[in-house]
Amino acid sequence: MPATSPAFEAVGITKVYRMGEVEVHALRGVSLRIWDGEFVVILGPSGSGKSTLLNVLGGLDAPSAGVVRYRDHDLARADDRALTAYRREHVGFVFQFYNLVPSLTARENVALAAEIATDPLPAEEALGRVGLSERLDHFPSQLSGGEQQRVAIARAIAKRPDVLLCDEPTGALDAATGRSVLEVLDRVNRELGTTVAVITHNASIGGMADRVVRMADGRIAAEIRNERRVSAGEISW
Amino acid sequence: MRALTRKLSREILRTRGQGIAIAALVACAVATFVGAVTTWRALQRTRDVLYETHRFPHVFAELVRAPEALASRLAALPGVAAVETRVMTEALVDIPGLPDPASALLRSVPDEGEPRLDRLHLREGRSVSPGAADEVVMSEGFAKANRIRPGDRISAVIDGRWKVLRVVGVGGSPEHVFTVRPGGILNDDLHYGVLWMSRRALAAALDLTGAFNAVGVRLAPGAREEPVIAGIDRMLAPWGGRGAYGRDLQTSHRLVTDEIGQMKVMATTIPVVILGVAAFLLALVLSRLVATQRMQVGTLKALGYGDGAVGGHYAAMALVLVAAGTAVGVAGGYWLGSSLSGMYARYYRFPAILYEAEPAVGLAAAILAAAVALVAVAGAVRRAVRLAPAEAMRPEAPPTFHPSWLERAGLGRLLSPAGRMVLRDLGRRPTRAALSALGIGAAVACTMVAAFTRDASSTLVDHEFGRVAREDLAVHFTQALHAGAARELRSLPGVWDVEPFRAIPASVESGHRRHRIAVLGLDPGGRLHRVVDARRGGVEIPPAGVVVSRRLAGKLQVGPGDPIRLVFQDGARRSAEVPVVALVDDLVGLQVVMDREALNRIAGDGSLVSGAYLAIEPGASGDVGKLLRRMPRVGGVALADATRSSVERMMEDSLLWFTGILTLFAVLISVGVVYNGARMALAERERELATLRVIGFTVGESWRIAVGELAVQVVAGLPVGWLAGWGFVELTVWATSSDLMRLPAVVTLANAGRATAVVVVAAVVVALWSRRWLSRLDLVSVLKAKE
Repeated sequence: MPATSPAFEAVGITKVYRMGEVEVHALRGVSLRIWDGEFVVILGPSGSGKSTLLNVLGGLDAPSAGVVRYRDHDLARADDRALTAYRREHVGFVFQFYNLVPSLTARENVALAAEIATDPLPAEEALGRVGLSERLDHFPSQLSGGEQQRVAIARAIAKRPDVLLCDEPTGALDAATGRSVLEVLDRVNRELGTTVAVITHNASIGGMADRVVRMADGRIAAEIRNERRVSAGEISW
Repeated sequence: MRALTRKLSREILRTRGQGIAIAALVACAVATFVGAVTTWRALQRTRDVLYETHRFPHVFAELVRAPEALASRLAALPGVAAVETRVMTEALVDIPGLPDPASALLRSVPDEGEPRLDRLHLREGRSVSPGAADEVVMSEGFAKANRIRPGDRISAVIDGRWKVLRVVGVGGSPEHVFTVRPGGILNDDLHYGVLWMSRRALAAALDLTGAFNAVGVRLAPGAREEPVIAGIDRMLAPWGGRGAYGRDLQTSHRLVTDEIGQMKVMATTIPVVILGVAAFLLALVLSRLVATQRMQVGTLKALGYGDGAVGGHYAAMALVLVAAGTAVGVAGGYWLGSSLSGMYARYYRFPAILYEAEPAVGLAAAILAAAVALVAVAGAVRRAVRLAPAEAMRPEAPPTFHPSWLERAGLGRLLSPAGRMVLRDLGRRPTRAALSALGIGAAVACTMVAAFTRDASSTLVDHEFGRVAREDLAVHFTQALHAGAARELRSLPGVWDVEPFRAIPASVESGHRRHRIAVLGLDPGGRLHRVVDARRGGVEIPPAGVVVSRRLAGKLQVGPGDPIRLVFQDGARRSAEVPVVALVDDLVGLQVVMDREALNRIAGDGSLVSGAYLAIEPGASGDVGKLLRRMPRVGGVALADATRSSVERMMEDSLLWFTGILTLFAVLISVGVVYNGARMALAERERELATLRVIGFTVGESWRIAVGELAVQVVAGLPVGWLAGWGFVELTVWATSSDLMRLPAVVTLANAGRATAVVVVAAVVVALWSRRWLSRLDLVSVLKAKE
């Protein structure tokens, strides 16, 4: 791997939720390292803990026990203010349901993120990178699902984040649209050097990654390093 | 419990904050309505019952002296059902422990049997014994203010003779429910009251045995007042009649009736405003609920629930909230009504205020509130009913947005994305935004009216006592005296200045319009008692012609330059035509004022004075009072300071709760509007706000976007409120204006500023509170939920 110290380092993290009177063990001692510039796909069935892991890495959730670091940030012990600053400076999120602001155009949705970043990509450039130069002034209600997801990616990369965390980014899309979104993620990773972690239950997406982490029942079941990353176009759905 | 009922109860519990805000507003509206309606009905009932049982006359007349035999001729006038003659006089009284001079109206009680008209009701003690020359019944307010009980002794100067009187009873009568000096309208219970005395004894003291100098008349059912008044005037004219008048000019009756009228205005205006705001919030909450529960509506319909059940379910939610508010409001209203009645009982001397917590009024309020609620939620319920099950189970189409007009005008670049979000959201729901702004406006207006009432009352008191009646004492003679009498007052030790006046009862006429009033003659250049216009300041007394209150000029339909006819009802009883020189915007009573010498000239009975305004050495009122008591022709003394403090006390008493309640309503309205707005903003934009938080916006940054829309609504509502407040003030002035008193339309910057501050502070507190909700937002679950 290119760097000597990992970007992310998680050691023995557990996460226990209380759902009413039931305790749910979402993570049961997960240890994982992710290096700068890596493309990681986290695979697993529903309830395997992959989303919880992503949320912990993204500073949206804190583990019940264990250590999580992003470079010199201790994510397990950070307070809300520190986590907000961490997300603001380092992380871009992409969700299954896009989560665009309906009252803002594509350009403005991207600008929303760009305005709170220190060295942002201009909104037009970010949208250009996801192939939406022609749709700058469209509102979300005027865009297709794939286009909306690409706006969400543009919004995420406009901050020039170090990491892009994607939670089922193609979950709501058909195969062709899904591939175009994956292509964008691949390009972001290669061209901008952004570390990308994608969680999905679509195993074939794993082919695009440097490394595939398989999760089951709150634990890492297997880690597979790909000899060769296939392009998004080659992925069968 | 049926499943749908259980769903209803849980949803009400879940949205309890908004529910409480709505129910509280409904409670306020209902409480004001029930309180005001039951109070005016209680006052009206009390008044009407007292007038019937104690035989309040319909027509009144005063005269110099007529033989008792005239009474039967008066009784024979068509339309007259009963006549009772009286003797009465104004007298100076000495009350033990009261250093200042006091005066009283002494009036007769028949020696044989109960009075036919204006019967006494006794609070304590007994009535006077027939023929007892030293017994009196004292009016309740006078007795209470001076802590006089039956058995106590007072003294009075009756027709120049000093007399010790024993108070045997304390009570009142329909003519003196509110006790004021003749010609005055502001009361001073400490220094003025009524004393009832044996007719025989009083007549003997006044040299009126076998004669009378006042009369009360009751009309036969259905009889018209005007011909009877004309008949009485004709009959009394040779005996020095001063013009008969109906209940509309009887001061006590007027004050009670005006108060009932004002209560009626309050019963209608305030509840309408508050209920309007509650209805808007209800519509908002229910629309939102139906929108978020599309899927549930679809599921219920798919399960086989009919349109009626679904519609009923949502309508029931509104009705439950309104029912809760109404229950509290009705109970609060009855409490408010009984405390208001208690307050009135301190100023209006009825035997007892017949307050009833009338169930019908509560029921009417409940029906009204329910009807308003149903109308308010009709739209939301209709949407739920019309939703087809298949369509309902699909998520709603994403909202469509457009650039706002500000952006289309090319000003978009001035706005941040956050600013655009706020503007476009406002643009997507302009009606809701406008109604929110109106709600805030209503709150501002309520506070302004509350502050206005206080400001206007103190302006009125300052105007009347600081600019118009600046004398320390006003001395009234028992009859018009030669001008030398005023000079005699000037020579009293402790008296600094004396300004004589002449007052002659007259009918002021223009065409067929007429008004009965005492024409006041003042010396030009007077400094103690002046004619002052509320807007333009002091008005010069013209050498010829009269200055007339604008309100009276309106009744007579005359303006400056027009002639009016003065038909004097005293002295030589001449009549004369004089020009109206100026109109004056005065605040208390009605007046026709002219130069004293000019008045004496046209009255034709020499250079006379009816009394004088005195400036005296500070603290000398007691000594001057003692000297005045030795002057046989002094009938009454009014102390400006005492009257002022009595009026201020009464205003303070009645305004305290009024302004307090209005301010409370304003705070509740603004809290309700802003709280609901914030709840709604958070619920509708949960996803956006969570997204912002995930992107890296701090709680504060995303909160500012969430409350930005509210801030715009509040700011937009303020000028609406100032305008509406000003309108309400004008409306209040118009609705409460009477011949007796007119509140000046005072809207100061401080008033508007205070109102704005009250509403803005309430809004800011709620908005700051809403920050907590945002910091508790569960980002992950919000974002992962399917829209």
